[in-house]
Amino acid sequence: MADLTLVDSTLRDGSHAKRHRLRVEDVVAVATALDRAGVPVIEISHGDGLGGASFTYGFSLRDELDLIAAAVEAVARARIAVLLLPGIGVKDDLARARELGASVARVATHCTEADIAPSHLGLARELGYEAVGFLMMAHMNTPAGLLEQARIMEDAGAQVVYVTDSAGALMPEEVTARVSALREGLSPQTAVGFHGHENLSLAIANTLAAVDAGATWVDGCTCGMGAGAGNAPTEVLVAVLGKRGVDTGADTFAMLDVADDVVRPLMDRPQVVDRASLLLGYAGVYSSFLLHAQRAGERFGVPAQDILVEAGRRKAVGGQEDLLIDIAAELAGARA
Amino acid sequence: MSEKVPCAILGSGNIGTDLMYKLQRSDVLEPRVMVGIDPDSDGLRRARAEGLDVSADGVRHIVEHPEDCRFVFEATSAGAHRANAPLIAQAGLQSIDLTPAKLGPGVVPPVNLDEHWDAPDVNLITCGGQATIPMVAAVAAVTPVPYAEIVATIASRSAGPGTRQSIDEFTRTTARGIEQIGGAQRGKAIIILNPAEPPLLMRDTVFCRIDPDADRDAIRASVHAMRERVAEYVPGYRLRGEPDFDGDRVAIFLEVEGAADYLPSYAGNLDIMTAAAVRVGEELARLRARVEATA
Repeated sequence: MADLTLVDSTLRDGSHAKRHRLRVEDVVAVATALDRAGVPVIEISHGDGLGGASFTYGFSLRDELDLIAAAVEAVARARIAVLLLPGIGVKDDLARARELGASVARVATHCTEADIAPSHLGLARELGYEAVGFLMMAHMNTPAGLLEQARIMEDAGAQVVYVTDSAGALMPEEVTARVSALREGLSPQTAVGFHGHENLSLAIANTLAAVDAGATWVDGCTCGMGAGAGNAPTEVLVAVLGKRGVDTGADTFAMLDVADDVVRPLMDRPQVVDRASLLLGYAGVYSSFLLHAQRAGERFGVPAQDILVEAGRRKAVGGQEDLLIDIAAELAGARA
Repeated sequence: MSEKVPCAILGSGNIGTDLMYKLQRSDVLEPRVMVGIDPDSDGLRRARAEGLDVSADGVRHIVEHPEDCRFVFEATSAGAHRANAPLIAQAGLQSIDLTPAKLGPGVVPPVNLDEHWDAPDVNLITCGGQATIPMVAAVAAVTPVPYAEIVATIASRSAGPGTRQSIDEFTRTTARGIEQIGGAQRGKAIIILNPAEPPLLMRDTVFCRIDPDADRDAIRASVHAMRERVAEYVPGYRLRGEPDFDGDRVAIFLEVEGAADYLPSYAGNLDIMTAAAVRVGEELARLRARVEATA
């Protein structure tokens, strides 16, 4: 029995890095390899969750339901997770994914808006999913405020509630404070999770801080492939936790092979902390904005980092990708 | 029309109270009755101060005095409107429904109102629908729109418990309105709540898939003309920049500042509902008068 639940989100958060162009064969290869390596939960969805395929967030090359069905078919032991952001996806999406065999539902809201999620979490439970609440942009709420929001999710049926550092903006001590607040304030039956980003090169350190503070669900993406500068690389997480004597269920050497032989060849670009992605963490901006800001910046002749900093100044939250075009046009106009 | 058409407001909350102030400015309509539940509510207190006939007796008060009004603005809840609607119709009155009950046809004033002048019940769809459907229709008037998508971003403080509990309802209803009223073959709606302080103004982005060779000047002109028509009743309805064309899509960026009659100005999402409701009442009154005059 593993000491914690490891979730690999290469096929969901990594969907951002692939501009949602994952093919069925990519999904089958990654899911098969992760399953063989012993990763217990594999998340698959459009980067912005079920129903995310759109002008706003990018259309998917393949319908995510086809990808989910292929992954369910490909794995022997791993459970398949899906992500849903109420306001973007709807309850019917959860029902369809469940019919295909997904068994973990992660319902995500901004860290102050948990009260849009109860009906989705309730349905997830009804459908037999393990129900997970995902409080995004956790740096934008205090530990006490986050606990209040986590309780709303717990009351609605969430069996796990995540501190989700969508902007990769949290310092280790801030992770400790938030995870501790949830661990102490929620029922002992409710697990606490942590999802980190690498924008300040702290994804692994922050995950360790979370585990020390009582988190028992942790997220990674193989090779770090995810939004912004990417996520905690799953293979590194497995190795580091292994050195700590924490059993993740996954095999370190097998994960190295998944990373180098299966995932890295799929990547469009290496995950690095460059100017724009570091600014995401520094200014507290949603990691998925990165590629959208770059594209808008190219179209309007404006540096991506200027767009991201302005988005941060306007306190944009996850899902406001449409704002980036608006900002780019405005900055371009101001310079003309 | 020399005499103003009398109206009743059902519901004395934020929406009902804002509606009262807007109706008072109308050249066509006159708010005569406000019905609430709590006699001590701020809304009923204000209505009393403005000289309206005020009651805490529910819909009964309205249907027992049908001569006092022709239109009933329903600003309660979907459940309450489902119960009230048959009584309002039996009394020979017309419901203008601001709740999500969706009993009658949805209406967007500059787009489809004349089709429904005699419907016993019309509804205002959603705030996102009122803000974006006119723009989808403006593009669809120039070129076919196989798919339209809207993103409505509203201040957290302006999203009440009803919206929060049934957020899927918002996306579904708005998407249907984009198709059936806006004229897109397929519609999608996204809603984002932003808790920033000070609260942000309502923002809406409308994406329409179009033929890359569609007449862009004609689309621009149609969009600007539509903005003017909506701004006649929502003065704070603005375009942020010019429509943005990128290959097979056009994006239109909107901002809605409320008139701050009772609601705060950032709540453009609520203001556009009350403003549209007043416009619907005025237009229905005019259409009726025209039909009655020619009958």
